[in-house]
Amino acid sequence: MQGLSKLFNRGRRYNDISVSIQEHIEERTEELMEEGRSREQAAQAARREFGNVTLIEERSREVWQWSVLESIVADLKLTLRRLRKSPGFAAIVLLTMALGIGANTTVFSVINSVLLKPLPYPNQGQLAALTLRAPGAEGLADFSSGLQLSPSMYLTFSERNRTFQSLGVWTPGTASVTGLAQPEEVQTALISDGVLETLGVLPVAGRWFSPGDQDPRGAKTVMLSYGYWQRRFGGDPSAIGRSIQIDAQTREIVGVMPRGFKMVDKEFDLLAPLAFDRTNQKLAPFGYEGIGRLKPGVNLAQADADVARLIPVWMDSWSNGPGTNPHFYERWRITPSFRSLKQRVVGNVGGVLWVVMATVGLVMLIACTNVANLLLVRAESRQQELAIRAALGAGRGRIARELLTESVTLGLMGGVIAAGVAYAGLRLLTAIGPAELPRLNEVSLDLPALGFALLLSVLSGLLFGSIPVLRYARAAAATAIGNANRTASTGRQRQRSRNVLVVAQVAMALVLLVSALLMIRTFAALRNVEPGFSDAVHLQTMHIWIPDLLIADPQTVTRVQNSIVDKLAAIPGVSSAGFAGAVPMENNDPNWDQIGVEGKNYEGGDPPLRLYNYVSPGYFKTAGTKLIAGRDFTWADIYGLRPMVMVSENFARESWGSSPAAVGKRVRQFTNSPWQEVIGVVQDVRQHGVDQDAPPTIYWPAMLNDPYTRQPTIDAPRAVTYVIRSSRAGNEGFLSEMQQAVWSVNSNLPLASVETMQDIYGQSLARTSFTLVMLAIAGSMALALGIIGIYGVISYAVSQRTREIGIRLALGAQKRGLKWMFVRSALLLTGAGVAIGLGAAAALMQLMKSLLFGISPLDPLTYIAVPLILAISAALASYLPARRAAAVDPVEALRAE
Amino acid sequence: MAKNPEHRDLFPGALEIMILQSLRLRPMHGYALVKHIKQVSDNLLQVEEGSLYPALQRMLREGLLEAETGLSAKGRPTRIYRLTDAGVRHLEQEVVSLEKMFAGITRVLAVAPA
Repeated sequence: MQGLSKLFNRGRRYNDISVSIQEHIEERTEELMEEGRSREQAAQAARREFGNVTLIEERSREVWQWSVLESIVADLKLTLRRLRKSPGFAAIVLLTMALGIGANTTVFSVINSVLLKPLPYPNQGQLAALTLRAPGAEGLADFSSGLQLSPSMYLTFSERNRTFQSLGVWTPGTASVTGLAQPEEVQTALISDGVLETLGVLPVAGRWFSPGDQDPRGAKTVMLSYGYWQRRFGGDPSAIGRSIQIDAQTREIVGVMPRGFKMVDKEFDLLAPLAFDRTNQKLAPFGYEGIGRLKPGVNLAQADADVARLIPVWMDSWSNGPGTNPHFYERWRITPSFRSLKQRVVGNVGGVLWVVMATVGLVMLIACTNVANLLLVRAESRQQELAIRAALGAGRGRIARELLTESVTLGLMGGVIAAGVAYAGLRLLTAIGPAELPRLNEVSLDLPALGFALLLSVLSGLLFGSIPVLRYARAAAATAIGNANRTASTGRQRQRSRNVLVVAQVAMALVLLVSALLMIRTFAALRNVEPGFSDAVHLQTMHIWIPDLLIADPQTVTRVQNSIVDKLAAIPGVSSAGFAGAVPMENNDPNWDQIGVEGKNYEGGDPPLRLYNYVSPGYFKTAGTKLIAGRDFTWADIYGLRPMVMVSENFARESWGSSPAAVGKRVRQFTNSPWQEVIGVVQDVRQHGVDQDAPPTIYWPAMLNDPYTRQPTIDAPRAVTYVIRSSRAGNEGFLSEMQQAVWSVNSNLPLASVETMQDIYGQSLARTSFTLVMLAIAGSMALALGIIGIYGVISYAVSQRTREIGIRLALGAQKRGLKWMFVRSALLLTGAGVAIGLGAAAALMQLMKSLLFGISPLDPLTYIAVPLILAISAALASYLPARRAAAVDPVEALRAE
Repeated sequence: MAKNPEHRDLFPGALEIMILQSLRLRPMHGYALVKHIKQVSDNLLQVEEGSLYPALQRMLREGLLEAETGLSAKGRPTRIYRLTDAGVRHLEQEVVSLEKMFAGITRVLAVAPA
């Protein structure tokens, strides 16, 4: 209040001061006149005695001001006025800043949402992902996520641990829901007791599963996701208690989970209890993801130690059936290596994101140096003004403040536009970002992101503003006023700060270009890898699962699958069809088996584990996997349960030396199981992605005798992926014809994951292509900014040295020599930048090693090409202004002032 | 008190005391203050106008003085400064502390070598 009234009274105060001072001088003048001087003389003397009226008035007024704040406002007004007067400069700077800050804010909000923000569970710091390491089982499968738990492990660990409040296992899956509308395939998560307790998120309606629901002989129940509840029941609370048919099993809905709840990293429609049957659990299979909530104060190392103690207990408590060695897994050397759940969710995407962040950060730095360069030129043209102000008593701080006000204002204005850029950028990024990027739907332009943009605006403003300040705020008044105008050319020193900036720019651009080129080379190398299938664009894939409750008999399952293949193959435009347990790069391998080759002795007695797959006749032909030797399965082989297998080329070479040699040889799983004959060898398939080696693989026929049971029992895979070769793949009409074909066989079968092989292939390359796109954008921005930087510096040098050029020409300098002089100076700067950049790139690229494939981080071609590109660009960028220099008319130049 | 010592003639705070003491005798306008201090000090003290007017404004802001419209000795409109009660109290405090300081300085000077 007092402040306000002070503000209102100020006008009166200022007037008082003027009146007082006026009267002071009047009175003194009259006194002097009384001493006998003329009025004029007296007035002059009185004024001289009094001193600087304006200054004293100002000092007196300042008493009533918040002086610092008000002079900042004045600076701000001045800045805005000056910017309005040079709209071109303002536009370039604002655009550069907006793009730079916008790109950084975009990437930052992704990093913040994906890597930094806690998971949306209460006390998420206590949550652990229960992964195991099994170095003795290396090479079994994609081991990047470690060994998962088996049901018997879960039972042992959950009952005997001392470090967890709760723990449980879960597994994702699909199920078909019938009886609501069309048969629908939905995403499910099957969970054990302890999973919901661990995550700690309460249902919005109904209740969690009770221990009774986990009893295999108890009531059959299900929980819904919020989305499924809305979609199928319109959010009706009376859905609780109703029943739905899931995989032909009637289940009662007991609860609904809240909006946004995910099963660790998975979106799901339905949650169902795993309901393990204790009485017939074995040691294997290791297919369940474990999560646990640590007791307060317990850390991961303690939990590791606690569970390590339980692994022998687990082997003592269970077996893999009579006659098997329960301590077989000692060879696997299983140890717990628990991670925080967040680490599990985020996975290895952190590397990519930090590389992208570093990249856009570098672009930002380059942009800042460009802006600093522009500001230097501007400050230079104001040098005289600044010098005069310094001579009139403006302090160094005062001038620095004005220059910084200008740059920070530019930064902030850029930041405002950048918020819009970031918003658009985020939408783009979520659209092109790799599908595997976890938590992508949590990404938004939130408060921390906007705070980051603000911080970045101010910091970059201070950064590019500080360079002219360092140069000019301390410029000695006398030398500046005295010298500025009459020298023939600019001082060496003045050009130097701009040169340093250009060198820095070139160095940074080089680092970015090297990284972009390495990614391009990586991508090319990946594209050149033979994936084990061909013409992926025209290869349609889809999943169909036949639950036991729908069709119990395995032979009937195979016949249904066979009919589906025939119907699919009969669709117009389809050249062939088949199915397999899993198609490449989809990350749902069937499993692995111990495969012994006839006539071989294995160290330790047990043969190694091999990846296996089930295939139908015609699968390889449809997928485009080349048959190297022997023949494919026939339906007669399948229905006749003939003991036959096919193997991959590397399996054949490893076991028998060559593919032709493999045909007719025999393998088996257990010492008491019958031998199986190898009838064909197919080309290696990059099952886990083009950047992973093709695993040696054995292909079982689509129906076979289960070797795990005492009596021969016929078994057939129930979840298979169909492949259809057609020029119409992916086409909407084609999809509905496929649906009709399947339903003409059995109308209760939903189609799921309908994708072309190209989609799957693209997704497996997504991480690389995403990094590539980001680096390529950043690299080209860096190159463009670098060229502009060089062009700017040389052309400014030319304009400053016009007089010198005139003198040189007048004295007989050759035009070619003059041009070369400027081009050479640009090349020298570039050379210095390249030298620094090469060192930096060589060091930094080691950090990118994990993203590269098939080339070294010191790839010679890249390290030669990029400096060449930069040198050529620099030569071009400097040639244009250099030509202008050579075109100078010496008479004009010398006359010009 | 005086944050930036711009008094080359008087030490910080002394100008304020002179002004307060002068205005305690009677309300005055600026020029009269300068003349008064000069006369009373027998030309020993010269008040710089550059210091006087900012000092007056500071003291107005702190409530030690009041300004009112009045007439100068020559009958022209000007501002007359008058001491407030707070100004009187402040002056008394300042005089006490000034006397202490002088006493201290005098004692220190007294022990100088003869």
